[in-house]
Amino acid sequence: MELNFDFMVKYLPWYIDAAILTVKIAFFGILLSLVVGVICSVVQYYRVPIIRRIISVYIEISRNTPLLVQLFFLYFGLPKIGIVWSAEFCAIVGIAFLGGSYMSESIRSGLESVEKSQIESAASLGMSNALTMKEVIFPQALAVSVPGICANVIFLIKETSVVSGIALADLMYVTKDLIGLYYETDEALLMLVVFYLIILLPISIIASIIERRLRYAGFGN
Amino acid sequence: MQDSGISVLFMGKNFLRLLEGLWVTLRISLIAVLLSIPLGILFGMFMTMKNPVSRAVSRVYLEFIRIMPQLVLLFIAYFGVTRAFGWNLSADVSAVIVFTLWGTAEMGDLVRGALISIPKHQYDSAAALGMNKIQTFGYVVVPQTMRRLIPLTINLTTRMIKTTSLVVLIGMTEVLKVGKQIIDANRFDYPTAALWVYGVIFLLYFLACWPISMLAKKLEKRWR
Amino acid sequence: MEERIQLQVSGLVKRFGTETVLDGIDLCIRKGEVVVVLGPSGCGKSTLLRCMNGLESPSAGTIFLDGEEVTSDGKKITQLRQKIGMVFQSYDLFPNKNIMDNITLAPVKVQKRLKSEVEQDAERLLKRVGLWEKRKAYPRELSGGQKQRVAIIRALCMNPEVMLFDEVTAALDPEMVREVLDVMLELADQGMTMVIVTHEMQFARAIADRIIFLDNGNIVEDSKPDEFFTNPKTQRAREFLQTFAYKKRRTHTD
Repeated sequence: MELNFDFMVKYLPWYIDAAILTVKIAFFGILLSLVVGVICSVVQYYRVPIIRRIISVYIEISRNTPLLVQLFFLYFGLPKIGIVWSAEFCAIVGIAFLGGSYMSESIRSGLESVEKSQIESAASLGMSNALTMKEVIFPQALAVSVPGICANVIFLIKETSVVSGIALADLMYVTKDLIGLYYETDEALLMLVVFYLIILLPISIIASIIERRLRYAGFGN
Repeated sequence: MQDSGISVLFMGKNFLRLLEGLWVTLRISLIAVLLSIPLGILFGMFMTMKNPVSRAVSRVYLEFIRIMPQLVLLFIAYFGVTRAFGWNLSADVSAVIVFTLWGTAEMGDLVRGALISIPKHQYDSAAALGMNKIQTFGYVVVPQTMRRLIPLTINLTTRMIKTTSLVVLIGMTEVLKVGKQIIDANRFDYPTAALWVYGVIFLLYFLACWPISMLAKKLEKRWR
Repeated sequence: MEERIQLQVSGLVKRFGTETVLDGIDLCIRKGEVVVVLGPSGCGKSTLLRCMNGLESPSAGTIFLDGEEVTSDGKKITQLRQKIGMVFQSYDLFPNKNIMDNITLAPVKVQKRLKSEVEQDAERLLKRVGLWEKRKAYPRELSGGQKQRVAIIRALCMNPEVMLFDEVTAALDPEMVREVLDVMLELADQGMTMVIVTHEMQFARAIADRIIFLDNGNIVEDSKPDEFFTNPKTQRAREFLQTFAYKKRRTHTD
């Protein structure tokens, strides 16, 4: 197998642009999914009536449908009722819609791992619910949730690969384009893999370091 | 008119065609899951072997499959393998291969997790009762791992169904593609068809995955 | 001890489902009084304490602290709880904060006091119980007895008027019980109003101004400690004290 290096150098900028798009969508999508996840998990944790039901319906829907189908609905379906979003915005919303439920489940398992007696002891010090959440429950929950959150981050970055389905020029899109145009399949695929490794490898290494740290330095009682 | 969009679904065989489209991906996921389960069990046992070579090999395989988006793997199989080896893999064969490779890695990791979760004293007490290795495996290890594994395997099935939706991106005619054809054919008569068609596809996927997820959740609760 | 009534419980009933845990408790505790609540397990001792602090809301009856009713109404109860310190069996220091932050958190954030001022209080108290050098440590680095002493200081730094102790030595190794009880004895000497639930009979006798004996959700006896331990008025109290004596005899003959 001989590789055409000139080709690879020539189209490197395409991949760089595509990688930037991938990272951008992933970044904002994940950020939003964290916001959604925190809100949903807190509502579920406090068992807020009605809203809690709505959120569990959302979680079931989000977890049991593919992102690609969610994106098609957002991008091609919604404009028919007057909601017109750019492809990029759809992609970010899609990632947030999908990721929100995964984040929520991870954070909730953390919240629920905090013992009830911790909450009572905060209450006996006159702390309000909000203060107890901020100072006592949340920090402890985070330590339990972080490995799950990290796994979700990696999962969501990988999921962004489907945004080419709504015509966004991400890494998959560029690769398919180059294969179609020039038949330099090996080179295009190699660059695709390398770029995904560049994005994902550091994050997955960081995630495993964090996880190991947490396991050894856990708060423990 | 929104109420006209929905009627597209009931025209001719449109709804049936969508279901057939869904079956295309469901069939691939079922085949891939059925292949992944035995292969994954073997892979999981392979991973728990003490041999450093088998450990390294399985580690690399698992990590590579895990870190790459499934769509990348699909591209490699569909575009790359075809050229490199001169095999002309059809889209559905490459999909089955990729999803089986992925499913095997995931299943293998689940099996490994279940195997190492059995505490050492279980092996010790089996030995103390005079069981040999095969008896220990059959009477002690397998029953305990099964309870853990079955819900997780069921979950893997829903993940598989969701992931196989990707095959439209290597040109397969599945439910999304059929949907697009229906929308295009009715572009002028029913301009809002896209909302209904994609909405229904959304719902169909949900109806395919949700009961399976519920089953997994139920078993997990009961067996914990 | 003053004559002023600090804590007044009247007609307190608490039910969990169909089970009645407290069945009409009437109790007046004066300022500076040390009351020890005794009784067989499941008699409602802990529930009584938890009601006093609003952690459980009464099914019927009222509790007044300094003339103000203890309710489970959100805002009001957080106000009231600042006047009632409570220490639990499981210490419940916050594992995500070091010792000093555990102590200063509530006074600073809830009472809006100056951090430096609270830290001075904390320093004085930590030095007195010999844990000043542990101020930067995290709860996981402390022994059970140390954690419980910190928990007491954490409650004290809120400058409460009443302190509730819920079986604070029950989870401790025997050799650590003493160090915690000593802190409580000192506190009693300083005139703190205290309500204590404990299984340490000798300690109860030493610290109490008054013993309340609970059984089946009722106050069966309310007497001076010497009187209670030497000459209990009721059959049930006698039986209760006997179970302890019986246990002791067993360990001798083993």
